[in-house]
Amino acid sequence: MKKLGASLPLLLVLVLWQAAAAENFSSSALPSPIEVVLAWYSLLASGDLVSNAAFSLYRSLSGLCLAIFIGGTIGVAMAWVKPIRVMFAPLVDAFYPLPKSALIPVTAVWLGLGDASKILLITMGCMLPVTLGAFNGAAGTEQVFIWSARSLGASRLQTLRDVVLPHALPELLNGIRTALALSFILLVSAEFISARDGLGYLIAMLGNSGAYDAMFAVVLTVAFIGFFADRAYQQFLKRALRWRG
Amino acid sequence: MNEMEKASVAPHIVVEGVSFSYTPAGRQELLALENVNLDVKPREFVAILGPSGCGKSTLLYLIGGFLPLESGDILVNGAPVIGPGADRGVVFQHFALFPWKTVRENVRYGLKLAGYSKPEQDRRALQMIKLVGLNGFEDSFPSHLSGGMKQRAAIARTLAVDPEILLMDEPFGALDAQTRSIMQTELLNIWQSSRKTVVFVTHDVQEAVLLAERVVVMSARPGQIVATVDTRFEKDGGDILKSKIFIDKVDELWHLVRAEWVRAQGAQ
Repeated sequence: MKKLGASLPLLLVLVLWQAAAAENFSSSALPSPIEVVLAWYSLLASGDLVSNAAFSLYRSLSGLCLAIFIGGTIGVAMAWVKPIRVMFAPLVDAFYPLPKSALIPVTAVWLGLGDASKILLITMGCMLPVTLGAFNGAAGTEQVFIWSARSLGASRLQTLRDVVLPHALPELLNGIRTALALSFILLVSAEFISARDGLGYLIAMLGNSGAYDAMFAVVLTVAFIGFFADRAYQQFLKRALRWRG
Repeated sequence: MNEMEKASVAPHIVVEGVSFSYTPAGRQELLALENVNLDVKPREFVAILGPSGCGKSTLLYLIGGFLPLESGDILVNGAPVIGPGADRGVVFQHFALFPWKTVRENVRYGLKLAGYSKPEQDRRALQMIKLVGLNGFEDSFPSHLSGGMKQRAAIARTLAVDPEILLMDEPFGALDAQTRSIMQTELLNIWQSSRKTVVFVTHDVQEAVLLAERVVVMSARPGQIVATVDTRFEKDGGDILKSKIFIDKVDELWHLVRAEWVRAQGAQ
């Protein structure tokens, strides 16, 4: 019943879409769902969809992993070591409002049209939400938790590992969720503008050549990948944070 | 133990001439403790009693090594306190169980740090969990426990590493009256069988008289020790709370604390 409730609006959109396409007011710019499915199938059969998706996923996952590692380390270090906080806090404040897509031409100029520029872009663009999550989570560690660990015999480093990191985890994981969504946005935008492969490139290329049914098929593929990535991540969150009861 | 023997026992904890001040955010520096002197003998149960804000918790945190000592000396077994350590177990008012660990994992944590083997960690953890009556809840997370159960788990975690000294900061202050009364009795039993040195901070006069062998009364801020009352008497058996000696001691301490409370109100 709950599943049906969620899919009903989607079904409605699909029906409206089919109806609008059937009205034929500019048929090529709005292909019908059936045309899109057929185009999707032929893209899949030709291998274009899979190969370009592989490029995109490789770039976004590499960038995301680097962003999580570097951003998380900086965030925790800022919370744990005051000089590091003093040094990084103004930088974080200054770069936070920057629209991350503004970095697309910058990384392209630095590293060209290949994987490296996208990975750098995603790393830089997705780092801050992770840093802030890690910092807020770690800085909010209650004094009594740290004192408890210390009086049970933990060294400062053990306290960091066993108390500050687990305490930071919920906010860190939330920051990572934001970064995950951001990584798809950045990747597809960057591939529109400066790439020779990847799903974003495929969308732009198909759009320019007028193959709108195929273009829609790729757009929907990107939407599905984003949706399922977030769903899978939420499942993981639930498991990782089950202690919150 | 006669007076001669008692005098010859080296104190377990020595607090000598300790003053401590701090600066709350956006306010002037406050003197929390002023020239506090206190000796605690091995296996003695001392309660520190005082109005809230008198610095009694600060004194406990200084003994715990959590706060930097500014002036005066604090010695444990003759050696100055330089930081927290597993020789001084602490129980906090708000339990301070690690919420991401189960009861068993919480109790095992100190044992793991102490380098016990896995089976030994499990054995001792279970023994402690049983001691505080939490069997059946080994794999529960703290968020699923009541306040009383959380504090039992926290006590088990502290006792597991077998510290010589127990520092307790209003450990039953957040519990309802019935649970508190049960926990007090259990603590007394645990202390009588393990005979640790206990420093117990409270603002509850009855609790202090019931549990401690000696009650130290602190003044309103800046905290100073204004009186010491001997509260050693037979505490086993039915109705201590109705015995004459209990009522007299509570009365005596109540007057001392009340005077400090009035003074604190006047100072504000």
